[in-house]
Amino acid sequence: MNQEQVIKISHLSKTFGKNVVLKDIDFSVSTGDVTCIIGASGSGKSTLLRCLNLLETPTTGEILYHDRDIANLHKEAAAYRAKVGMVFQSFNLFNNMTVLGNRMVGQIKVLKKKKEEARERALAFLEKVGMAPYINAKPRQLSGGQKQRVAIARALAMEPELLLFDEPTSALDPQMVGEVLDVMKQLAKEGLTMIIVTHEMAFARDVASHVVFMADGIIEEEGDPSQIFSNPQNYKTKEFLSRFMRG
Amino acid sequence: MPQDFFGRIVYILNRNGMSYINGAINTMIIAVVGTFIGCLIGFAVGIVQTIPLEKKDKLFKKIILRIVWFVLGAYVEVFRGTPMMAQAMFIYFGSSVVFHINMSMWFAAFFIVSINTGAYMAETVRGGILSIDPGQTEGAKAIGMTHVQTMLYVILPQALRNIMPQIGNNLIINIKDTCVLSTIGIVELFYATNGVAGALYTYFEAFTVAMVVYFALTFTCSRLLRFWEKKMDGSDNYDLATTDTLAHTSGLYSYTGNKDREEA
Repeated sequence: MNQEQVIKISHLSKTFGKNVVLKDIDFSVSTGDVTCIIGASGSGKSTLLRCLNLLETPTTGEILYHDRDIANLHKEAAAYRAKVGMVFQSFNLFNNMTVLGNRMVGQIKVLKKKKEEARERALAFLEKVGMAPYINAKPRQLSGGQKQRVAIARALAMEPELLLFDEPTSALDPQMVGEVLDVMKQLAKEGLTMIIVTHEMAFARDVASHVVFMADGIIEEEGDPSQIFSNPQNYKTKEFLSRFMRG
Repeated sequence: MPQDFFGRIVYILNRNGMSYINGAINTMIIAVVGTFIGCLIGFAVGIVQTIPLEKKDKLFKKIILRIVWFVLGAYVEVFRGTPMMAQAMFIYFGSSVVFHINMSMWFAAFFIVSINTGAYMAETVRGGILSIDPGQTEGAKAIGMTHVQTMLYVILPQALRNIMPQIGNNLIINIKDTCVLSTIGIVELFYATNGVAGALYTYFEAFTVAMVVYFALTFTCSRLLRFWEKKMDGSDNYDLATTDTLAHTSGLYSYTGNKDREEA
């Protein structure tokens, strides 16, 4: 596949008041990459992801999206977000709409698609995540895993160039984690560019093409999953992984 | 005139039933229209008050927004903080004496009730919007919706549902509080009852009827709104869309990754 650089972050920092969450982050993602960001809670993984989607405004630094700095976009932020999908830890499905409505509203209102077309596409994506029978259900009637699969379908229906996952399985029980990870694995196989913040080390090892380890707002180590998981160089990475991979 | 309590009530109803009905109709018209317009005002004010102001916004927008917020805040505080009866006198008589505006009694009535309800609803709507999980906004933003779209399709429908009980509350308060409009001469239920009571000097009986009518009106409205709320929530049941021709439901997701996971 043609490896074009989608996103390049340079010298990205984010501070909340005096609290420095991200320090001088540099990394890039090319088309087809599946980048997994791992690290302890509070290491800045989610903040980094939220900066990528401009849900947080970076304090300093650049985010280049196809060589265009988007860190300080204002008016076009919405248009940019339409191209970069995001799946949240807490699903964030629209509670006032059915499963199908959740899928269609973005396509109709943002992408300005026709209703029938949006419906057809929504159904196709719902089928992909195995949620087609539930199109008339409301989010409150679904289980966590089902909600997350619907959320993934919602993001996919926007045909994103890049899909961000913010701990998509952290709020789920082990059974549901499986069904969501399966869907994500499928997407990885199909060549979707993804950045995934996750605590599922086995998943990261199997699916990622690139692994980034973060600690205290710094990228401590990054590289091939096989290298990171079997032969970590940084002592923080070693310590972190030994806690996770034990047994 | 009969001497016993119930006899007098029947007598009053026979003699003045129509004035009660007219009064009740006027009360309801003012209360319903006032609440409706008040809700519109409340939504407009509440929505403007929750426009997010970001650091990178232009200075012009910031200044304008601050001024508008100040004016709206003043409106809410003034109308929430003064009695409606005093406002009625102030607006109806004040406007004709000072500004030589001759507003009709009815226009004044709608105006006063609406603007009052609006002041209360503004805070309610603001609270309703703030009560919606920020995740909903983020979810909408993440698929590229603008602030307006997010509000229109995601936040307001949910906020509206959450503040329905408060809208009902306002309607009921308005049904009762229209009685202060008798001071500017509107013949609503209280005014009508006063007339009936004064004519025959039967205050106890006349107001007994008025109380029953007021209660019947408010109770009916509260039940109707409760019913409407339930309807808004929709059914708890949902059909699996197996009959949907576009959904190929036979293709349920198969867990292909199971094998990989066992090894992991």
